[in-house]
Amino acid sequence: MKTKNKRLDLLFYILLSLLALVFIAPVLIVLSNSFKGQFYITDSPFTLPDATTFVGLENYVNGLRKTGFFSAFLYSTFITVCSVVVIVFFTSMAAWYISRVRNAFTKAIYYALVFSMIVPFQMVMFSLSKITNAMNLDNPIGIIFIYLGFGAGLSVFLFTGFVSGIPNEVEEAAMIDGATPVRMYFSVVFPMMKPIVITVAILNAMWIWNDYLLPYLLIGNKYKTIPIAVQYLQGGYGSRDMGALMAMLVLSIIPVVVFYLTCQKYIIKGVVAGAVKG
Amino acid sequence: MIKKYVGKYFPIFLFPTVIAFFVAFIAPFVIGLYLSFCDFTTVTNARFIGLENYLRIFSESSDFLNALWFTVKFTVVSVISINVLAFALALILTRPMKGTSGFRTGFFMPNLIGGIVLGYIWQIIINGVLGYFGVDITYAAKYGFWGLVILTNWQQIGYMMIIYIAGIQNVPSDMLEAADIDGASYFQKLRYIIIPTVSSAVTICTFLTLSNSFKLFDQNLALTGGAPGNQTAMLALDIYKTFYNRVGSEGIGQAKAVIFFVIVALIALVQQYVTLSRDTE
Repeated sequence: MKTKNKRLDLLFYILLSLLALVFIAPVLIVLSNSFKGQFYITDSPFTLPDATTFVGLENYVNGLRKTGFFSAFLYSTFITVCSVVVIVFFTSMAAWYISRVRNAFTKAIYYALVFSMIVPFQMVMFSLSKITNAMNLDNPIGIIFIYLGFGAGLSVFLFTGFVSGIPNEVEEAAMIDGATPVRMYFSVVFPMMKPIVITVAILNAMWIWNDYLLPYLLIGNKYKTIPIAVQYLQGGYGSRDMGALMAMLVLSIIPVVVFYLTCQKYIIKGVVAGAVKG
Repeated sequence: MIKKYVGKYFPIFLFPTVIAFFVAFIAPFVIGLYLSFCDFTTVTNARFIGLENYLRIFSESSDFLNALWFTVKFTVVSVISINVLAFALALILTRPMKGTSGFRTGFFMPNLIGGIVLGYIWQIIINGVLGYFGVDITYAAKYGFWGLVILTNWQQIGYMMIIYIAGIQNVPSDMLEAADIDGASYFQKLRYIIIPTVSSAVTICTFLTLSNSFKLFDQNLALTGGAPGNQTAMLALDIYKTFYNRVGSEGIGQAKAVIFFVIVALIALVQQYVTLSRDTE
């Protein structure tokens, strides 16, 4: 029995290692191609760079110049960080209010928010881009406001579910001590919401960082985020520079991998919590 | 008590979110619905034309029905393959052996990479393989189809695997031990103990993959862009192309978007129904 299990384990290790290789290989192939001359990539993507095909960092230099990757990185970072902070701050306040003050108005808002979660973006993309344009929200600051509105559904839903489970005795005690609702919220309620804050922040960060169509339609003409810059390189003018594309793919993956390896525990927990409740 | 005390503070707590929600969602949704019954190129020059857009979807070209059929085929294949493979991996990784957490980390990682980047990563690989046969991914619709299936499997297996692992870890170990004593085989345990316990995870993952596959856009745009012709364009991409690649067909695009929304909403309603009836069982 014991030896049979050991042999089975070995078999599974081999199987898992092969699978892990399959999962990692695409990223490694892109990495290896990012050091090859652009005309060698399409012909033989699976060979390692050699003396003829190796071009050093040329693709990176080209790609950075053609896409304005540095500014794309800054826009992506700015929009993602600010939107996540704004979403967490305001939607958690709204969720607490909705859960503590139950009346026809808050119920209607809650159901409208839940409804918005099932509406695909294509349904609103045209009118949204026209409205943003008319209201002068088509810039990196305005889009934060749009992300607050568009991300409110899932965030309020997750926060409300959590905060409804917190008994309000502590809040009543704070009230008797004379704390204003704003102070009560920030010194008593918000600290208790930490686990769900992490979940909401991670889900929104992943969504906004990788989002392509919304920023493309709203601000893409003037301000390119990373996904827009990558797509621009592909669909842009003239013949496409495969080398630059490979280099930019590598540069787009690096921040995600760093983020994942540093907050791995929270990311997996947050993503699962979001999926199970959503 | 709290309700009365907090009640009048709605401008601080509620208004920022509600105003943003109105501008970013409610207004565009209502206008979008109205525009689907109009002829327009911008919002301001809309002219009411009744159901004409909806009729033109089907009378002018077969693109929408092709996209719908392609989407349905793709969704069925990817939902089954992702869930079967994710469940199998979860079973292996919940065995009592060392080093499984490293594998979990690795398998989950592709999920964090954005759709556009994923599309180009797989484009180079699939074109590299097809290159040995002298073709590329835009040569025939079947290449694009299987390319998209492979891509979404690669992206989502790790994610669903994590949800299945959480479900399998809830299987009571005393039940499995009792089954061992009674001489149950591995497949009997799987069939009568493990699968019934993880059935809520199965529901979650099935509908999650269903909705992800049905709404797929970024990966589709980057991997094939709909080529050859519009044969590999799924619904979301077909709507996008109708809006932005054909001048004068904005109304048709919006009407397609409304139909798309109705289908997605129906899927969500069925999910709600299945989940609720399971909970009351």
